Amino acid sequence: MKNTLSRLLPSGRFWVISVPYLWLFLFFLLPFAIVLKISFSQAAISIPPYSPLFDYAEQSLTVMVNLGNYIFLSEDSLYLAAYLGSLKVALISTIICLLLGYPMALAIARAPREKQLVYLLLVMMPTWTAILIRVYAWMGILSTNGLLNNFLMSIGIISTPMEILNTNTAVYIGVVYAYLPFMVLPLYANLVKHDHSLLEAAMDLGAGRLKAFWKVTVPLSKTGIIAGSMLVFIPVVGEFVIPELLGGPETLMIGKILWQEFFNNRDWPVAAALAIIMLAILLIPIIFFHYNQSRAMEKNA
Amino acid sequence: MSKRPDFSTVALWAGLAFIYIPMVILVIYSFNASRLVTVWGGWSVHWYVGLLDNTQLMNAVKRSLQIAFYTACAAVALGTLAAFVMTRIKRFRGRTLFSGLVTAPLVMPEVITGLSLLLLFVAMAQLLGWPAERGIMTIWIAHTTFCTAYVAIVVSGRLGELDQSIEEAAMDLGAPPWKTFLLITVPMIAPSIAAGWLLSFTLSLDDLVLASFVSGPGATTLPMEVFSAVRLGVKPEINAIASVILLAVGLFTLLAWFLVRSADKRSRTPPPEDDEHVTWQSVINSRKS
Repeated sequence: MKNTLSRLLPSGRFWVISVPYLWLFLFFLLPFAIVLKISFSQAAISIPPYSPLFDYAEQSLTVMVNLGNYIFLSEDSLYLAAYLGSLKVALISTIICLLLGYPMALAIARAPREKQLVYLLLVMMPTWTAILIRVYAWMGILSTNGLLNNFLMSIGIISTPMEILNTNTAVYIGVVYAYLPFMVLPLYANLVKHDHSLLEAAMDLGAGRLKAFWKVTVPLSKTGIIAGSMLVFIPVVGEFVIPELLGGPETLMIGKILWQEFFNNRDWPVAAALAIIMLAILLIPIIFFHYNQSRAMEKNA
Repeated sequence: MSKRPDFSTVALWAGLAFIYIPMVILVIYSFNASRLVTVWGGWSVHWYVGLLDNTQLMNAVKRSLQIAFYTACAAVALGTLAAFVMTRIKRFRGRTLFSGLVTAPLVMPEVITGLSLLLLFVAMAQLLGWPAERGIMTIWIAHTTFCTAYVAIVVSGRLGELDQSIEEAAMDLGAPPWKTFLLITVPMIAPSIAAGWLLSFTLSLDDLVLASFVSGPGATTLPMEVFSAVRLGVKPEINAIASVILLAVGLFTLLAWFLVRSADKRSRTPPPEDDEHVTWQSVINSRKS
């Protein structure tokens, strides 16, 4: 039984592992080391716009570690507010996505097999469409003289147009809209594997529908809940497009601030320091997500 | 379960309406004759015709399609290898780091990946003199890296549920591992490889943030063009190009869906007798027997 493909020739096995490994190492892991390095250097008017960290002159290596960027970030309350703002938006949207997505995933998982695939396709399709376009669609709907305001005024619910675009409300709508499918898909993948007889057993033993749901379905779907929540929470913390297009001056999110530092102020070291802090904040959720994923994958294999 | 529409079914339909209504509105308004985007002025294809005359936009479309094609091919090759390593090679040095490198790009915020790759390219240009200028090449590398993770997830799901005894039989009969992989494993996972290709193609076509960071002067992609126009507000031309993108992605998704569905059908023969009351337990039991 052990005579599987895993017994590759040593050389073949080496290449199969090292090609994707090397690529991901070079273009995914190594760049973080460079970001860390540049976050300790100083902004300078040169190409590239930062001072070198290592200086090799007169046969001696001088290392100039400069904590100035981090001190600068801690002194300006704008950055702290942006980090907290991002975490708040990410947390609240994750909860809203979970509350909306869970019943959707449940309904798909309980539908007949042929219909399941149709529903899945309908949920999946938007995730393949540019987030830019989906967010743009909301701009026309939410603007002051947009369709939503026109509609609400024509049926007489409101008399003056509401201001929704360029507020935090619009950001929440956009984030939930864009990330809902990422919540539904892992939840569905988990819920569809559930053994229905467990639920029936709970109900036979006298549990109500609601109690059976709480005591059987929800605990069994823990892996799916974690995967979905992390797939929403982590990217939303660094989200740029949605706060930029739907948010207003009151919207402080770190992805937007990082973008402005980089592209508008051209302060690469500060942008790098912002990225490093964001990474440090997200490290625990990312490890959690990874642990959760690899456990699910091993169960599969 | 009872047949009356329960809460979750209602939630599903409400959720789908929430997802699709904004897109439908966008497409309808792209046919609006009026320049005022919120006032309906009758049907017209005026804005679509205007797109073709916009050479800057058309160049960006060409560039984006080119990058997406190269990305999809490279990501499929790398992602399939990565999936194979993760599901078939249980033990090697650095396996934990490897699987971390495969799953992390899925959730890493794009601003971080984009910034870090740009700084890598700048450092490489200083040290090695390559890449001398940023453009299609650097965008391709950035897209390939994050699409590889998606392909690896899609393909490893399929590899995990394959019946390994066929591969074992081929090896027992003397086929070398590479031949077994190409002649036995690849045909069996072909639908998910194709789905991974299509997924990478659309992900690359859609990406704004990574491309903005790693692109150089002059090399703008379609999302970058759309973004710089959208920043100034809603415009009918943008409605038209957005609708074209929606249509293209919709067709691609349908294609990927058919691929996955045909694979799904093939893997579950003979079908369970009563399709209406098929439970997962019975599917699992029928597979075991």
